[in-house]
Amino acid sequence: MSDPRVAGASVTSFGEHPERTGRDLFAEAGLAALDRSGVPAGDVDALYYGNFMGEIAEHQGHQGPLMAEAVGLTVPATRYEAACASSGAAVRDAVRAIRNGEQEVVLVGGMERMTNVGTAAATDALAIAADDLYEVRAGMTFPAAYALMARSYFDEYGGTREDLAHVAVKNHEHALVNDNAQLRKEITVEEVLDAPMVAEPLGLYDACPITDGASAAVLTSAEYAERHDLDAPVAITGTGQDGDNLALQDRQSYAATPAAAGAVAEAYADAGVDADDVDFAEVHDCFTIAEVLAIESLGLYEPGEGITAAREGETTRHGETPINLSGGLKAKGHPVGATGVAQLVTIAKVLEGTHPRAEAVPAADVGVAHNAGGTAASATVHVFEVKA
Amino acid sequence: MSEGVRDGEYDDWLDAVEDDEGYYVECENGHGWLPPRRVCPDCGSRELHEEPLPEAGEVATHSAVHVPTPQFEDDAPYVIAVAHFGPASITGMVRGADPEDVEIGTVVGVEVGERATTGDRAVVFRPR
Repeated sequence: MSDPRVAGASVTSFGEHPERTGRDLFAEAGLAALDRSGVPAGDVDALYYGNFMGEIAEHQGHQGPLMAEAVGLTVPATRYEAACASSGAAVRDAVRAIRNGEQEVVLVGGMERMTNVGTAAATDALAIAADDLYEVRAGMTFPAAYALMARSYFDEYGGTREDLAHVAVKNHEHALVNDNAQLRKEITVEEVLDAPMVAEPLGLYDACPITDGASAAVLTSAEYAERHDLDAPVAITGTGQDGDNLALQDRQSYAATPAAAGAVAEAYADAGVDADDVDFAEVHDCFTIAEVLAIESLGLYEPGEGITAAREGETTRHGETPINLSGGLKAKGHPVGATGVAQLVTIAKVLEGTHPRAEAVPAADVGVAHNAGGTAASATVHVFEVKA
Repeated sequence: MSEGVRDGEYDDWLDAVEDDEGYYVECENGHGWLPPRRVCPDCGSRELHEEPLPEAGEVATHSAVHVPTPQFEDDAPYVIAVAHFGPASITGMVRGADPEDVEIGTVVGVEVGERATTGDRAVVFRPR
Protein backbone atom coordinates (compact mmCIF):
# COMPACT_ATOMS: atom_id res chain seq x y z
CA MET A 1 0.00 0.00 0.00
CA SER A 2 1.30 3.40 -0.97
CA ASP A 3 0.27 6.52 0.90
CA PRO A 4 -0.46 9.12 -1.77
CA ARG A 5 1.80 12.14 -2.04
CA VAL A 6 0.63 15.68 -2.70
CA ALA A 7 2.66 16.58 -5.78
CA GLY A 8 1.05 19.93 -6.54
CA ALA A 9 -1.86 21.91 -5.17
CA SER A 10 -3.59 25.17 -5.89
CA VAL A 11 -6.63 27.31 -5.18
CA THR A 12 -8.07 30.23 -7.08
CA SER A 13 -8.64 33.41 -5.19
CA PHE A 14 -11.75 32.85 -3.05
CA GLY A 15 -14.37 35.56 -3.17
CA GLU A 16 -16.94 37.09 -5.46
CA HIS A 17 -16.40 36.19 -9.10
CA PRO A 18 -20.04 36.20 -10.26
CA GLU A 19 -19.06 36.59 -13.90
CA ARG A 20 -16.58 33.73 -14.02
CA THR A 21 -17.84 30.33 -15.18
CA GLY A 22 -17.27 27.26 -13.06
CA ARG A 23 -15.26 25.65 -15.80
CA ASP A 24 -12.90 28.61 -15.94
CA LEU A 25 -12.46 28.66 -12.17
CA PHE A 26 -11.66 24.96 -12.10
CA ALA A 27 -9.34 25.22 -15.08
CA GLU A 28 -7.32 27.87 -13.27
CA ALA A 29 -6.89 25.74 -10.15
CA GLY A 30 -6.40 22.47 -12.01
CA LEU A 31 -3.79 23.78 -14.43
CA ALA A 32 -1.86 25.50 -11.62
CA ALA A 33 -1.85 22.27 -9.60
CA LEU A 34 -0.60 20.32 -12.62
CA ASP A 35 2.10 22.92 -13.37
CA ARG A 36 3.31 22.91 -9.76
CA SER A 37 3.40 19.12 -9.61
CA GLY A 38 5.68 18.69 -12.60
CA VAL A 39 3.45 15.81 -13.65
CA PRO A 40 2.63 15.74 -17.37
CA ALA A 41 -1.11 15.90 -18.03
CA GLY A 42 -0.85 12.64 -19.98
CA ASP A 43 0.07 10.78 -16.79
CA VAL A 44 -3.16 11.71 -14.98
CA ASP A 45 -5.33 8.60 -14.64
CA ALA A 46 -8.55 10.13 -13.33
CA LEU A 47 -10.34 13.21 -12.03
CA TYR A 48 -12.24 13.11 -8.72
CA TYR A 49 -14.20 16.32 -8.46
CA GLY A 50 -16.48 17.84 -5.82
CA ASN A 51 -19.43 20.16 -6.49
CA PHE A 52 -22.72 20.70 -4.65
CA MET A 53 -25.06 23.21 -6.28
CA GLY A 54 -24.03 23.18 -9.93
CA GLU A 55 -27.51 22.42 -11.23
CA ILE A 56 -28.89 25.46 -9.47
CA ALA A 57 -26.02 27.89 -9.97
CA GLU A 58 -25.11 27.09 -13.55
CA HIS A 59 -27.85 24.72 -14.74
CA GLN A 60 -25.02 22.27 -15.17
CA GLY A 61 -25.03 18.64 -14.16
CA HIS A 62 -22.53 16.01 -15.29
CA GLN A 63 -19.63 18.22 -14.35
CA GLY A 64 -16.96 15.51 -14.11
CA PRO A 65 -16.11 15.24 -17.80
CA LEU A 66 -16.69 18.97 -18.27
CA MET A 67 -14.03 19.80 -15.71
CA ALA A 68 -11.61 17.18 -17.04
CA GLU A 69 -11.98 18.78 -20.45
CA ALA A 70 -11.40 22.20 -18.93
CA VAL A 71 -7.93 21.12 -17.78
CA GLY A 72 -7.17 19.23 -21.00
CA LEU A 73 -7.76 15.69 -19.79
CA THR A 74 -9.73 12.86 -21.33
CA VAL A 75 -9.88 10.50 -18.36
CA PRO A 76 -12.50 8.88 -16.19
CA ALA A 77 -14.01 11.83 -14.32
CA THR A 78 -16.61 11.64 -11.58
CA ARG A 79 -18.36 14.30 -9.59
CA TYR A 80 -18.79 13.77 -5.85
CA GLU A 81 -21.72 15.35 -4.04
CA ALA A 82 -21.75 15.25 -0.26
CA ALA A 83 -22.90 18.84 0.31
CA CYS A 84 -20.02 20.84 1.80
CA ALA A 85 -17.93 17.67 2.15
CA SER A 86 -18.06 16.98 -1.60
CA SER A 87 -14.37 17.33 -2.32
CA GLY A 88 -13.37 15.73 0.98
CA ALA A 89 -15.22 12.67 -0.30
CA ALA A 90 -13.40 13.05 -3.62
CA VAL A 91 -10.04 13.08 -1.79
CA ARG A 92 -10.98 9.93 0.07
CA ASP A 93 -11.72 7.98 -3.09
CA ALA A 94 -8.59 9.33 -4.77
CA VAL A 95 -6.54 8.11 -1.79
CA ARG A 96 -8.14 4.70 -1.94
CA ALA A 97 -7.67 4.38 -5.71
CA ILE A 98 -3.96 5.18 -5.39
CA ARG A 99 -3.50 2.92 -2.39
CA ASN A 100 -5.09 -0.07 -4.04
CA GLY A 101 -2.92 0.42 -7.09
CA GLU A 102 -5.76 1.15 -9.49
CA GLN A 103 -4.38 4.56 -10.30
CA GLU A 104 -0.98 6.19 -9.95
CA VAL A 105 -1.83 9.82 -10.60
CA VAL A 106 -5.14 11.46 -9.73
CA LEU A 107 -6.29 15.03 -10.10
CA VAL A 108 -8.64 15.83 -7.23
CA GLY A 109 -10.46 19.09 -6.79
CA GLY A 110 -13.67 20.98 -6.47
CA MET A 111 -15.48 24.10 -7.56
CA GLU A 112 -18.48 26.12 -6.55
CA ARG A 113 -19.99 29.13 -8.22
CA MET A 114 -22.40 30.75 -5.78
CA THR A 115 -22.53 34.54 -5.90
CA ASN A 116 -24.04 34.73 -9.39
CA VAL A 117 -27.43 33.57 -8.07
CA GLY A 118 -27.63 36.14 -5.26
CA THR A 119 -27.87 35.67 -1.52
CA ALA A 120 -31.50 34.50 -1.38
CA ALA A 121 -31.08 31.80 -4.01
CA ALA A 122 -27.75 30.72 -2.54
CA THR A 123 -29.39 30.43 0.90
CA ASP A 124 -32.11 28.33 -0.71
CA ALA A 125 -29.60 26.14 -2.52
CA LEU A 126 -27.55 25.56 0.63
CA ALA A 127 -30.70 24.75 2.59
CA ILE A 128 -31.33 21.65 0.48
CA ALA A 129 -28.34 20.00 2.12
CA ALA A 130 -30.87 19.64 4.96
CA ASP A 131 -33.84 17.24 4.82
CA ASP A 132 -36.41 18.75 2.47
CA LEU A 133 -39.56 17.13 3.89
CA TYR A 134 -38.76 17.43 7.58
CA GLU A 135 -36.57 20.52 7.72
CA VAL A 136 -36.57 22.80 4.67
CA ARG A 137 -40.38 22.84 4.50
CA ALA A 138 -40.43 23.71 8.18
CA GLY A 139 -38.41 26.84 7.52
CA MET A 140 -34.89 25.52 8.05
CA THR A 141 -31.97 27.46 6.65
CA PHE A 142 -28.37 26.42 7.07
CA PRO A 143 -27.56 29.08 9.62
CA ALA A 144 -30.71 28.03 11.48
CA ALA A 145 -29.55 24.42 11.60
CA TYR A 146 -26.26 25.42 13.19
CA ALA A 147 -28.10 27.87 15.45
CA LEU A 148 -30.19 24.94 16.74
CA MET A 149 -26.93 23.11 17.43
CA ALA A 150 -25.41 26.14 19.15
CA ARG A 151 -28.47 26.60 21.39
CA SER A 152 -28.38 22.93 22.29
CA TYR A 153 -24.63 23.12 23.02
CA PHE A 154 -25.09 26.15 25.28
CA ASP A 155 -27.88 24.35 27.11
CA GLU A 156 -25.89 21.17 27.58
CA TYR A 157 -22.43 22.53 28.34
CA GLY A 158 -22.69 26.29 28.77
CA GLY A 159 -20.97 28.84 26.56
CA THR A 160 -21.83 32.25 25.23
CA ARG A 161 -22.05 34.21 22.02
CA GLU A 162 -18.87 35.93 23.15
CA ASP A 163 -17.03 32.59 23.25
CA LEU A 164 -18.13 31.97 19.67
CA ALA A 165 -17.12 35.49 18.64
CA HIS A 166 -13.52 34.69 19.52
CA VAL A 167 -13.57 31.92 16.90
CA ALA A 168 -14.52 34.44 14.23
CA VAL A 169 -11.97 37.00 15.41
CA LYS A 170 -9.21 34.37 15.37
CA ASN A 171 -10.00 33.13 11.89
CA HIS A 172 -10.21 36.64 10.46
CA GLU A 173 -6.80 37.38 11.97
CA HIS A 174 -5.34 34.21 10.47
CA ALA A 175 -6.61 35.19 7.01
CA LEU A 176 -4.97 38.61 7.00
CA VAL A 177 -1.89 37.33 5.14
CA ASN A 178 -3.71 34.78 2.96
CA ASP A 179 -3.75 36.34 -0.51
CA ASN A 180 -6.48 33.93 -1.63
CA ALA A 181 -8.81 34.65 1.28
CA GLN A 182 -12.16 36.32 0.72
CA LEU A 183 -12.24 38.36 3.93
CA ARG A 184 -8.90 39.93 4.83
CA LYS A 185 -10.22 42.24 7.48
CA GLU A 186 -9.55 42.22 11.17
CA ILE A 187 -12.67 42.18 13.34
CA THR A 188 -13.32 42.59 17.04
CA VAL A 189 -15.43 40.61 19.47
CA GLU A 190 -17.68 43.66 19.82
CA GLU A 191 -18.26 43.82 16.06
CA VAL A 192 -19.21 40.14 16.02
CA LEU A 193 -21.64 40.61 18.91
CA ASP A 194 -23.15 43.77 17.39
CA ALA A 195 -23.63 42.34 13.88
CA PRO A 196 -27.17 41.71 12.60
CA MET A 197 -28.70 38.40 13.65
CA VAL A 198 -29.03 35.68 11.02
CA ALA A 199 -30.45 32.90 13.16
CA GLU A 200 -30.21 33.45 16.90
CA PRO A 201 -27.76 32.97 18.57
CA LEU A 202 -25.71 33.26 15.35
CA GLY A 203 -25.10 36.64 13.75
CA LEU A 204 -23.58 37.73 10.47
CA TYR A 205 -19.99 37.33 11.69
CA ASP A 206 -20.67 33.85 13.02
CA ALA A 207 -21.26 32.71 9.45
CA CYS A 208 -18.91 32.09 6.56
CA PRO A 209 -19.50 34.14 3.42
CA ILE A 210 -20.96 32.98 0.11
CA THR A 211 -17.97 32.28 -2.10
CA ASP A 212 -16.89 31.48 -5.64
CA GLY A 213 -13.72 29.49 -6.09
CA ALA A 214 -11.97 26.28 -7.05
CA SER A 215 -9.26 24.05 -5.66
CA ALA A 216 -7.18 21.24 -7.12
CA ALA A 217 -4.34 18.90 -6.21
CA VAL A 218 -2.31 16.30 -8.02
CA LEU A 219 -1.95 13.15 -5.91
CA THR A 220 0.48 10.43 -6.92
CA SER A 221 1.62 7.13 -5.49
CA ALA A 222 4.85 7.35 -3.48
CA GLU A 223 6.48 5.13 -6.09
CA TYR A 224 5.49 7.47 -8.92
CA ALA A 225 6.82 10.47 -6.97
CA GLU A 226 10.10 8.69 -6.35
CA ARG A 227 10.45 7.41 -9.90
CA HIS A 228 9.92 10.89 -11.32
CA ASP A 229 11.95 12.65 -8.63
CA LEU A 230 8.99 14.85 -7.65
CA ASP A 231 9.24 17.33 -4.81
CA ALA A 232 6.32 15.85 -2.88
CA PRO A 233 7.18 15.45 0.80
CA VAL A 234 3.60 15.47 2.13
CA ALA A 235 1.69 12.20 2.28
CA ILE A 236 -1.95 11.51 3.07
CA THR A 237 -1.56 8.79 5.68
CA GLY A 238 -5.09 8.48 7.01
CA THR A 239 -8.59 8.71 5.61
CA GLY A 240 -11.94 8.42 7.33
CA GLN A 241 -15.57 9.03 6.52
CA ASP A 242 -18.78 8.51 8.43
CA GLY A 243 -22.44 9.43 8.19
CA ASP A 244 -25.43 10.35 10.33
CA ASN A 245 -29.18 10.92 10.02
CA LEU A 246 -29.74 13.68 7.50
CA ALA A 247 -32.23 15.60 9.64
CA LEU A 248 -31.05 17.09 12.91
CA GLN A 249 -34.36 16.14 14.55
CA ASP A 250 -33.57 12.45 14.14
CA ARG A 251 -30.34 12.52 16.13
CA GLN A 252 -29.75 11.68 19.79
CA SER A 253 -27.96 14.96 20.44
CA TYR A 254 -27.74 18.26 18.62
CA ALA A 255 -24.61 19.32 20.49
CA ALA A 256 -22.19 16.90 18.86
CA THR A 257 -21.32 15.57 15.41
CA PRO A 258 -20.91 11.79 15.69
CA ALA A 259 -20.21 11.39 11.96
CA ALA A 260 -17.13 13.56 12.35
CA ALA A 261 -16.06 11.63 15.43
CA GLY A 262 -16.43 8.40 13.47
CA ALA A 263 -14.41 9.76 10.57
CA VAL A 264 -11.72 10.96 12.98
CA ALA A 265 -11.45 7.57 14.67
CA GLU A 266 -11.09 5.85 11.31
CA ALA A 267 -8.55 8.36 9.96
CA TYR A 268 -6.41 8.36 13.12
CA ALA A 269 -6.37 4.54 13.22
CA ASP A 270 -5.53 4.44 9.54
CA ALA A 271 -2.58 6.80 10.01
CA GLY A 272 -1.53 5.37 13.37
CA VAL A 273 -1.79 8.72 15.11
CA ASP A 274 -3.92 10.15 17.88
CA ALA A 275 -5.07 13.59 18.92
CA ASP A 276 -1.82 14.22 20.80
CA ASP A 277 0.12 13.94 17.55
CA VAL A 278 -1.89 16.63 15.75
CA ASP A 279 0.17 19.81 15.30
CA PHE A 280 -2.54 21.84 13.53
CA ALA A 281 -5.83 21.34 11.71
CA GLU A 282 -8.05 22.86 9.10
CA VAL A 283 -11.63 22.32 10.23
CA HIS A 284 -15.05 22.96 8.76
CA ASP A 285 -16.02 26.23 10.46
CA CYS A 286 -18.98 27.14 8.26
CA PHE A 287 -20.31 28.71 11.47
CA THR A 288 -18.39 29.52 14.63
CA ILE A 289 -20.16 26.75 16.57
CA ALA A 290 -19.08 24.29 13.85
CA GLU A 291 -15.42 24.89 14.70
CA VAL A 292 -16.14 24.14 18.36
CA LEU A 293 -17.88 20.88 17.45
CA ALA A 294 -15.03 20.03 15.05
CA ILE A 295 -12.19 20.38 17.54
CA GLU A 296 -14.16 18.25 19.99
CA SER A 297 -14.71 15.61 17.30
CA LEU A 298 -10.97 15.65 16.58
CA GLY A 299 -10.33 14.71 20.21
CA LEU A 300 -8.41 17.92 20.80
CA TYR A 301 -11.01 18.84 23.44
CA GLU A 302 -13.46 16.91 25.53
CA PRO A 303 -17.16 17.49 24.74
CA GLY A 304 -18.15 20.84 26.20
CA GLU A 305 -14.59 22.14 26.49
CA GLY A 306 -13.91 23.32 22.94
CA ILE A 307 -16.07 26.40 23.39
CA THR A 308 -13.33 28.37 25.19
CA ALA A 309 -10.37 27.25 23.04
CA ALA A 310 -10.26 30.34 20.82
CA ARG A 311 -10.95 32.72 23.71
CA GLU A 312 -8.06 31.19 25.66
CA GLY A 313 -5.79 31.56 22.64
CA GLU A 314 -5.13 27.83 22.39
CA THR A 315 -6.28 27.53 18.79
CA THR A 316 -4.81 30.81 17.52
CA ARG A 317 -1.60 30.83 15.53
CA HIS A 318 0.22 31.49 18.80
CA GLY A 319 -1.48 28.61 20.59
CA GLU A 320 -0.54 25.00 21.08
CA THR A 321 -2.74 23.61 18.30
CA PRO A 322 -3.56 26.29 15.74
CA ILE A 323 -6.89 25.76 14.01
CA ASN A 324 -7.61 27.18 10.57
CA LEU A 325 -4.36 28.95 9.81
CA SER A 326 -5.85 29.70 6.37
CA GLY A 327 -8.61 31.77 7.98
CA GLY A 328 -10.97 28.81 7.74
CA LEU A 329 -14.23 28.85 5.87
CA LYS A 330 -15.14 31.86 7.99
CA ALA A 331 -12.57 34.24 6.49
CA LYS A 332 -10.90 32.33 3.66
CA GLY A 333 -14.33 31.69 2.17
CA HIS A 334 -16.42 28.58 1.51
CA PRO A 335 -16.97 27.67 -2.14
CA VAL A 336 -18.79 24.58 -0.95
CA GLY A 337 -17.59 21.90 -3.35
CA ALA A 338 -14.03 23.24 -3.34
CA THR A 339 -13.58 23.39 0.42
CA GLY A 340 -12.30 19.88 1.18
CA VAL A 341 -9.47 20.15 -1.32
CA ALA A 342 -8.79 23.75 -0.30
CA GLN A 343 -8.12 22.42 3.20
CA LEU A 344 -5.70 19.90 1.67
CA VAL A 345 -3.92 22.73 -0.18
CA THR A 346 -3.46 24.69 3.07
CA ILE A 347 -2.19 21.71 5.03
CA ALA A 348 0.30 20.70 2.33
CA LYS A 349 1.65 24.24 2.17
CA VAL A 350 1.96 24.54 5.94
CA LEU A 351 3.79 21.20 6.17
CA GLU A 352 6.08 22.22 3.30
CA GLY A 353 6.71 25.55 5.00
CA THR A 354 5.42 27.61 2.07
CA HIS A 355 2.18 28.86 3.66
CA PRO A 356 2.28 32.44 4.99
CA ARG A 357 1.15 31.15 8.40
CA ALA A 358 3.59 28.19 8.41
CA GLU A 359 5.75 29.90 11.02
CA ALA A 360 2.99 29.16 13.53
CA VAL A 361 3.97 25.47 13.48
CA PRO A 362 7.60 25.41 12.23
CA ALA A 363 8.26 21.81 13.23
CA ALA A 364 4.85 20.40 12.27
CA ASP A 365 4.72 16.76 11.25
CA VAL A 366 0.99 16.07 11.36
CA GLY A 367 -1.88 18.14 10.00
CA VAL A 368 -5.54 17.12 9.87
CA ALA A 369 -8.38 18.19 7.57
CA HIS A 370 -11.98 17.95 8.84
CA ASN A 371 -14.66 18.48 6.18
CA ALA A 372 -18.36 18.30 7.07
CA GLY A 373 -21.42 18.10 4.81
CA GLY A 374 -24.74 19.51 5.98
CA THR A 375 -25.03 19.43 9.76
CA ALA A 376 -22.33 16.77 9.54
CA ALA A 377 -24.57 14.05 8.14
CA SER A 378 -21.45 13.53 6.01
CA ALA A 379 -17.95 13.97 7.35
CA THR A 380 -14.52 13.20 5.98
CA VAL A 381 -11.22 13.47 7.82
CA HIS A 382 -7.72 13.18 6.41
CA VAL A 383 -4.35 12.98 8.12
CA PHE A 384 -1.29 14.48 6.44
CA GLU A 385 2.31 13.77 7.41
CA VAL A 386 5.72 14.80 6.17
CA LYS A 387 7.38 11.70 4.76
CA ALA A 388 10.36 12.79 2.68
CA MET B 1 -49.58 28.06 -3.13
CA SER B 2 -47.12 25.81 -4.93
CA GLU B 3 -48.76 23.26 -7.21
CA GLY B 4 -47.43 19.75 -7.29
CA VAL B 5 -48.09 16.11 -6.74
CA ARG B 6 -48.41 14.87 -3.20
CA ASP B 7 -45.40 13.51 -1.39
CA GLY B 8 -46.97 10.23 -0.40
CA GLU B 9 -47.00 9.35 3.26
CA TYR B 10 -45.57 12.70 4.28
CA ASP B 11 -48.65 14.53 2.97
CA ASP B 12 -50.84 11.82 4.48
CA TRP B 13 -49.18 12.61 7.80
CA LEU B 14 -49.81 16.34 7.38
CA ASP B 15 -53.47 15.54 6.58
CA ALA B 16 -53.71 13.53 9.77
CA VAL B 17 -52.14 16.28 11.89
CA GLU B 18 -54.55 18.72 10.27
CA ASP B 19 -57.46 16.47 11.29
CA ASP B 20 -56.09 16.31 14.83
CA GLU B 21 -55.23 12.66 14.32
CA GLY B 22 -51.46 12.97 14.19
CA TYR B 23 -49.32 9.86 14.52
CA TYR B 24 -45.75 8.70 14.29
CA VAL B 25 -44.28 5.39 13.28
CA GLU B 26 -42.57 3.27 15.90
CA CYS B 27 -40.47 0.12 15.78
CA GLU B 28 -40.74 -2.71 18.32
CA ASN B 29 -37.80 -1.21 20.21
CA GLY B 30 -39.65 2.05 20.79
CA HIS B 31 -37.79 4.27 18.34
CA GLY B 32 -40.13 6.85 16.81
CA TRP B 33 -40.04 8.64 13.47
CA LEU B 34 -42.09 10.67 11.05
CA PRO B 35 -43.24 8.92 7.89
CA PRO B 36 -42.32 7.81 5.32
CA ARG B 37 -40.15 5.12 6.90
CA ARG B 38 -39.73 1.47 5.98
CA VAL B 39 -36.92 0.77 8.38
CA CYS B 40 -35.85 2.11 11.77
CA PRO B 41 -32.55 3.95 11.28
CA ASP B 42 -31.58 3.18 14.89
CA CYS B 43 -32.02 -0.58 15.07
CA GLY B 44 -32.79 -1.69 11.53
CA SER B 45 -36.22 -3.05 12.44
CA ARG B 46 -38.70 -3.25 9.55
CA GLU B 47 -41.60 -3.83 11.91
CA LEU B 48 -42.98 -0.32 12.09
CA HIS B 49 -46.46 0.56 13.27
CA GLU B 50 -48.37 3.78 13.76
CA GLU B 51 -48.83 5.27 17.19
CA PRO B 52 -50.91 8.33 18.05
CA LEU B 53 -48.82 11.48 18.43
CA PRO B 54 -48.79 12.71 22.04
CA GLU B 55 -50.94 15.81 22.54
CA ALA B 56 -47.97 17.86 23.68
CA GLY B 57 -44.28 17.98 22.97
CA GLU B 58 -41.30 19.73 24.48
CA VAL B 59 -39.02 22.15 22.66
CA ALA B 60 -35.56 20.59 22.50
CA THR B 61 -33.81 23.44 20.70
CA HIS B 62 -34.87 26.62 18.91
CA SER B 63 -33.71 29.64 16.91
CA ALA B 64 -35.25 32.89 15.75
CA VAL B 65 -34.59 33.03 12.02
CA HIS B 66 -33.99 36.51 10.62
CA VAL B 67 -32.58 35.58 7.19
CA PRO B 68 -34.94 33.05 5.57
CA THR B 69 -34.98 31.22 2.26
CA PRO B 70 -37.17 32.93 -0.39
CA GLN B 71 -40.04 30.54 0.39
CA PHE B 72 -40.26 32.02 3.91
CA GLU B 73 -39.51 35.65 3.11
CA ASP B 74 -42.78 37.05 4.48
CA ASP B 75 -42.72 34.70 7.47
CA ALA B 76 -39.45 36.06 8.86
CA PRO B 77 -38.55 36.65 11.55
CA TYR B 78 -39.90 33.36 12.87
CA VAL B 79 -38.88 30.83 15.48
CA ILE B 80 -37.90 27.38 14.30
CA ALA B 81 -37.70 24.57 16.82
CA VAL B 82 -37.22 20.86 17.19
CA ALA B 83 -39.71 19.41 19.64
CA HIS B 84 -39.86 15.92 21.13
CA PHE B 85 -43.29 14.26 21.02
CA GLY B 86 -42.63 11.07 22.93
CA PRO B 87 -40.07 9.09 20.95
CA ALA B 88 -40.66 11.11 17.76
CA SER B 89 -39.10 14.49 16.99
CA ILE B 90 -40.58 17.16 14.76
CA THR B 91 -39.19 20.37 13.30
CA GLY B 92 -41.59 23.28 12.94
CA MET B 93 -42.26 26.98 13.32
CA VAL B 94 -43.37 28.25 16.71
CA ARG B 95 -46.35 30.59 16.50
CA GLY B 96 -48.42 32.26 19.16
CA ALA B 97 -45.50 33.15 21.41
CA ASP B 98 -43.00 35.95 21.67
CA PRO B 99 -39.66 34.64 20.39
CA GLU B 100 -37.99 35.49 23.70
CA ASP B 101 -40.56 33.40 25.54
CA VAL B 102 -39.64 30.22 23.67
CA GLU B 103 -37.24 28.12 25.71
CA ILE B 104 -35.89 24.62 25.80
CA GLY B 105 -38.61 22.73 27.63
CA THR B 106 -41.48 24.93 26.42
CA VAL B 107 -44.52 22.68 26.01
CA VAL B 108 -46.14 22.89 22.56
CA GLY B 109 -48.83 21.29 20.50
CA VAL B 110 -48.43 20.60 16.79
CA GLU B 111 -50.75 21.66 13.97
CA VAL B 112 -50.59 22.42 10.28
CA GLY B 113 -50.46 26.08 9.33
CA GLU B 114 -49.72 28.04 6.21
CA ARG B 115 -46.56 29.79 5.20
CA ALA B 116 -47.27 33.50 4.92
CA THR B 117 -45.02 33.68 1.87
CA THR B 118 -46.38 30.93 -0.37
CA GLY B 119 -49.54 29.59 1.30
CA ASP B 120 -47.97 26.15 1.41
CA ARG B 121 -48.63 23.96 4.41
CA ALA B 122 -46.17 24.18 7.25
CA VAL B 123 -45.70 22.38 10.55
CA VAL B 124 -46.56 24.80 13.34
CA PHE B 125 -46.05 24.52 17.09
CA ARG B 126 -48.16 26.48 19.57
CA PRO B 127 -47.39 26.79 23.27
CA ARG B 128 -49.98 24.97 25.36
